[in-house]
Amino acid sequence: MDIGLLAQHIMNGLMVGMMYALVAVGFTLFFGVLDIIQFAHGDVLTVGAFAALMTFAGLHAAGLGSGLLLASMLIVAVFAMAILGMLIGRYLVLPLRAAPALNTLLITLMLGTVLRESVRLFYPQGANPKPFPALLPSNSISLGNFNLRLDNAIMLTAGVLVVAAVELLLNRTKLGLAIRAVAQDEETARTMGINFKAIVLVAFAIGSALAAIAGMMNGFYYNEINFGMGLYLGVVGFAAAIIGGLGSIYGAILGGFLFAALQTIGTVILPFGSAYKDVFAFAVVIIFMAWRPTGLLREKISERV
Amino acid sequence: MFKLLKTGAAMLLAFLCLHSAAAAKEKVKVGFIGPLTGGVSVNGLGGRNSADLAVRLRNSDPKAKYQYELLVLDDECKPNVAVQVATKMAAERDVIAAATHYCSSTAIATVDVYHKFGLPVVVWGAVLPDITYRNKYPEIHRVNGTMINQNETNAELLTKLGYKTFAVIHDTTDYGKGHNQYFSEALAKRGGKILGTFGVGADQQDFTAELTQIKALNPEVIYFGGLTPIGVRIRAQMDKLGIKAVFDGTSGIVSDAFIQGLGPLAEGSLAFREGAPTDKLPGGKYFMEKYAAQKYDGAPEAYGAFAYAAMELILDSIEKVGPDRKKVIDDLAKVKDRDSIIGRITFDDHGQNTVSLITKYVVQDGKWVVWEDSEYATGKRKLPRQK
Repeated sequence: MDIGLLAQHIMNGLMVGMMYALVAVGFTLFFGVLDIIQFAHGDVLTVGAFAALMTFAGLHAAGLGSGLLLASMLIVAVFAMAILGMLIGRYLVLPLRAAPALNTLLITLMLGTVLRESVRLFYPQGANPKPFPALLPSNSISLGNFNLRLDNAIMLTAGVLVVAAVELLLNRTKLGLAIRAVAQDEETARTMGINFKAIVLVAFAIGSALAAIAGMMNGFYYNEINFGMGLYLGVVGFAAAIIGGLGSIYGAILGGFLFAALQTIGTVILPFGSAYKDVFAFAVVIIFMAWRPTGLLREKISERV
Repeated sequence: MFKLLKTGAAMLLAFLCLHSAAAAKEKVKVGFIGPLTGGVSVNGLGGRNSADLAVRLRNSDPKAKYQYELLVLDDECKPNVAVQVATKMAAERDVIAAATHYCSSTAIATVDVYHKFGLPVVVWGAVLPDITYRNKYPEIHRVNGTMINQNETNAELLTKLGYKTFAVIHDTTDYGKGHNQYFSEALAKRGGKILGTFGVGADQQDFTAELTQIKALNPEVIYFGGLTPIGVRIRAQMDKLGIKAVFDGTSGIVSDAFIQGLGPLAEGSLAFREGAPTDKLPGGKYFMEKYAAQKYDGAPEAYGAFAYAAMELILDSIEKVGPDRKKVIDDLAKVKDRDSIIGRITFDDHGQNTVSLITKYVVQDGKWVVWEDSEYATGKRKLPRQK
């Protein structure tokens, strides 16, 4: 294969993989602290992207520069989704802790539908795809078949920084220590004086804020968002978290990039075109799960989260 | 008791009918089926009004031999409902013929019903080729063109503009697969070359992998068989990857949402659609005047004129051979070079109008403009890589 083409495929895979990884980290955080699957996570991402778009629409009229616009979109989307995440944690997930895990799964699944349909119904012409503003510099260098765009490079760097920040927060701060403690053993953490409820809500806030960032990244990458985008990203993010090992941050990141790589390989190598790339990728996920039911990384890391 | 009442009512009705028939012209029932409720009801109601217009105009014509009555049923654009209402209409022996269906899914679901009951129908809006071509039912006719005609026109325009190499992306529904098949056939006949074909999911988000493959193939045109949402994504991602090629779509992207979703990037996108804007039709002006005079609630919409033409054909045949289903079927088979408001109509041996009308569209300054009226046709603007 042509080297430029290969580079382009790798770049495409990295971009998509970064979004999958950010979603997967959210799944893994929720699972870490509460042992639950938060299936509305993908739709929180959608709401985050639409919140950013609404901020843009509101402030663009006021004539702000693109740097300020970008910053305010990011702040609004991240904080709004952090709050939404905490509300979900506080009023839907925590009250159901004594109930079977299946109930949480169902209630978040239904919440996802409510969020998705609300965007479709209440956002002006929400059923149509919405153009997302291109606020990042769109300069590009063309090297043969490889088109390196500055905005993609910026997003990729930003993604790496966000993941690194989350990693630092979890492993180098007191808050992170508390989250890890709750993840490992709730009872012991409580007896050590850790405010369990507060820590769970913080984990929900962080995970949902990551979804908002992934949603905005999705918007800037495709310049288009739609009410159904979160459903697919949610399923993929969940699958990525599973193959990585639910509860492991590194596993989730690895899983995200692995899934993107599988999709790219599916498109490039399969002779019957790209129609089956998801079939291929998910089939491999099934094989991975049969081979390693606890995920790729879970066994190596003794602590969860 | 109830039965007695019913018989009594029927007798009374029959008497009234006979009475009025004796006084005036003989009454003949004709039918109309379309989606009158649901998401595409605006098209169905436009069609209903247009068919009604044809009946009213005929009834006010003193030379007409019969007094026509229109039975209207709603198929909701759902195949299961369509089969029910089609059966209901076909089973009523006094309905002589009908103009039926806007949605392809309902039209294809009901062809067997009409065949079984021997009810002649003229399809006024559905575009799936199979409706006329899967079987050779003498009862089924269609005035509007199909996907086949659409893709013939598409391939003809692009090869005429000098494009030789194409890549095809289509969604894997019947709609996208059909377009892929007919476009590939039409293009092969005209010497165009397809470098690669990519089937994609109907709600896929990321096309960068497919488009990177296409970029390496370096086609002049990317043909897209599918609907607006993924059309928007593919066109936007083409730009991200720096692909310079014509974006050549189908009827599925002729919508305002396509332009809103893309903004300036939509410029120069092509698409083709069966039918034509009513004011471009040969009898469009006449039709619009008559339609406006009746003060209907809504506009006739894109296919209203076709519903009108379908009903006209039916009424012409009944006038000629009398209210008899079999004779009407025989007469409709002979329709050749018949003048109508949508142009000449000729049915082939499958009942398909061969002189089909396809309109070419191009996006110019944020609007779908008919190709012939665009600055692209005059050469003032050029499509990507046009020589």
